[in-house]
Amino acid sequence: MLKYILRRLLLSIPVLIGISLITFFLIYFLPADPARMYAGPNASVETVARIRQQLGLDDPPWIQYGRYLFRAVQGDLGFSYHLQLPVTRALMSRIPYTFLLIVFGIMVELLIGLPVGFVSALRQYSRWDRAGMAIALLGVSVPPFWLGLLLLFWFSFLIPIFPLGGAGTPAHLVLPALTVGLGGAAWYARMTRSSTLEVLGSDYVRTAYAKGLGESAVLYRHIMRNALNPIVTMIGMDIPWFIGGVVLVEQVFAWPGIGRMAVEAIIQVDIPLIMGTVIFTAVLVVVSSIMIDIAQAILDPRIREQV
Amino acid sequence: MANLASSGSALGSPGAGRSIEAGPAEQGMFALGWRRFRRDRLALLGAVVVLLLVFVALAAPLIAPHDPSQQYDEGLTSNGLPVPSTLPQSTQFILGTDANGRDLFSRIIYGTRVSLTVGVLANLVAITIGVLIGAVAGFIGGWGESLLMRFTETMMAFPTLLLAIALVAILRPSLWIIIFVIGIVYWTWIAKVVYGQVRSLRTRDFIIAARSIGTPDLPIVLRHILPHMVPVIIVWGTLGIATNVMLEASLSYLGIGVQPPTPSWGGMIQQGQQYYRSAPWLVIYPGLAIMITVFAFNLLGDGLRDALDPIQRKKLEG
Repeated sequence: MLKYILRRLLLSIPVLIGISLITFFLIYFLPADPARMYAGPNASVETVARIRQQLGLDDPPWIQYGRYLFRAVQGDLGFSYHLQLPVTRALMSRIPYTFLLIVFGIMVELLIGLPVGFVSALRQYSRWDRAGMAIALLGVSVPPFWLGLLLLFWFSFLIPIFPLGGAGTPAHLVLPALTVGLGGAAWYARMTRSSTLEVLGSDYVRTAYAKGLGESAVLYRHIMRNALNPIVTMIGMDIPWFIGGVVLVEQVFAWPGIGRMAVEAIIQVDIPLIMGTVIFTAVLVVVSSIMIDIAQAILDPRIREQV
Repeated sequence: MANLASSGSALGSPGAGRSIEAGPAEQGMFALGWRRFRRDRLALLGAVVVLLLVFVALAAPLIAPHDPSQQYDEGLTSNGLPVPSTLPQSTQFILGTDANGRDLFSRIIYGTRVSLTVGVLANLVAITIGVLIGAVAGFIGGWGESLLMRFTETMMAFPTLLLAIALVAILRPSLWIIIFVIGIVYWTWIAKVVYGQVRSLRTRDFIIAARSIGTPDLPIVLRHILPHMVPVIIVWGTLGIATNVMLEASLSYLGIGVQPPTPSWGGMIQQGQQYYRSAPWLVIYPGLAIMITVFAFNLLGDGLRDALDPIQRKKLEG
C-alpha cells in the first residue's frame, strides 16, 4: 500500500512541473508588459525600465522560470496589481468560501445523482427510468448560471425564502450549492445508471443470486460496492469541470470565492492574480486526484496490484 | 430523413465499409448504424432540432422580423424600460425588447449563428489537436508516448473554464480567439479517447500484418488506423459541440466571450440580469435557447454513440 502511495505521488511530479511550465509560458509570452502594469499607466519610461530590472524581466527565460518555480514552491505566486496584495494572501482570504461551495455542491450531486441512477438501473426501461434519464440529460444541458438566476428569481424574489446573494449565514449557501450540484447530479445519475447496469450483467451477481443470497445482500454487498468504484474515479475527473461551474455560480450569487475574484481580476487585467488562481486550482485538482486514487486503492485491492 | 438514409448507406457500403469491417452481414458500419439510429426516437428528435438550428443560423436574415442591432423608439416603455411581450404595443416584438429597445426574438435568432459557429469551429480545432496527439502518442509508443500523454494529463488538470478565462484575459476576447481558446481547453478529452483506441489497435493482427509486409508508418495510420477513429470522432464531435456551446455561453456570460453588439446568448443574459426583476424574459428566453441547443446536440451525440458503437451500448444495457 505504501509503495502504491509513493508511486502515485512520484507520478504526479511531472504533471506539477508541467503545470508550472505551461503557466510560466503563458505569462512570459504575454503581449502586455508586466513592468508597465506594475508601474501603472502614468509611470515614466525610466521607472518602467527600473521596475523591469527589479523584477528581473531582462533575464533569460530559463532563469526567470527557475526563479518563478522557486518562489511558487514557497507559496509566492506574485503580486496582485489591482488588490495591492500578494496573490497568495488574496487567495487565502477567498478559499474558505469556494471550499464550502465545492463541498456542499458535491454533496448535492451525490445525494441526488446516486439514488436516481441506482433506481433507474434496477428498474431499467420502466417509466421511472425513462423519465429520470430524460430529465438527467436535460439537467446536463442547463447552463449553471441560468439555473442560478432562475432559482434566485423564484426563491429569493417571488417567494423570498433565501437571501439575494452574498455569504454569511447557512441560508446564503442553499441556492448556490443547489445550482452547482444539480447539473452534476444529472451527470452522476447517468454514470451511476450505466455502471450499475454493467455490474448487474456480471457473472458474480448471477452467482450471488444463484447461491441463494437475499435481494438486499446482493444489492448492498455485490452490486452497490462494485458500481460505486467507477463513480469514485469520476469524482476526480469531474473536478476540473466542477470548478468551472463554481466560478459561474459565484458570479451569479455574488459569492466571495476565488472564481469571482478571478473574474474581477480580468476586468483589471490583473494577470498575476488570474494565473495564481489557475495554478492554485490546477494543483488542487492534482492533489484531489491523488487522494481519490489512494482512497480507491484502499477500497479495491485490485488497483494496488495493477501498478 | 430519407436523404440521410441513402447517404448513410452510400457512405458505408462501397469502399469504406469493406475495408473497415467485413462483417458477416457484408454491410457497412454506417448502414447498420443508421438502422439502429432511426429506431431511437430521442436521437431523431435531437437530429431534427439540430437541423432546425442550422437552418435558423443560415437563414437568420430571412427569419428575423427585425434588425438585431436596431434600437427602436417604440421598443422602450415611457419609463425607458424594456417592453414585455404581453403589452399591446409590443405586437411587433414577439418576445419583447431588451434594455436598449432592440427586438429580443431577432437577437436570439442571430445568436444562433454565434453559438453554432463557435461550437463547430472550436470543435474542429479540438478534434484536430486531439486526434493528432492521441493518434501519434498511441502509435509511436516509447518516450514520445509518455511525453505526449503526460502533457495531455497536465492540460486536463487545469480547470477548463478557468484556463479559458485566463487565456482570453491574456489574448483579449474576439470571435476567433474564443474559438481557438475553447479548442485549446477541450482537445484533451478527444486525445484520451483516440489514444486508448489507437493503442489497442496497435497490437491487432491486421496492423501487424501490414507492418510485416513492409508498409511504412504513415500509410498504416492513414489507411488502417484513422478509419477506425471515424465513429469516435463523429460521436465526440457531436457531444463536443454541446460542451463548446456551453463554454461559449459561459464566457460570454462572464463578459469575456463574444463582445457586444454581436448578439450572443450568454452575453444577452449578462446584460439582461440587471433588469431581471422587472424584465425576467431577458434572462429566460436566451437561457432556453442555450438549453435547447445543448440538449439537442447531447441527444444526437448519445444516439450516434448507441448507433455506431454497439459494444458501448451493450455495456450500457447489460
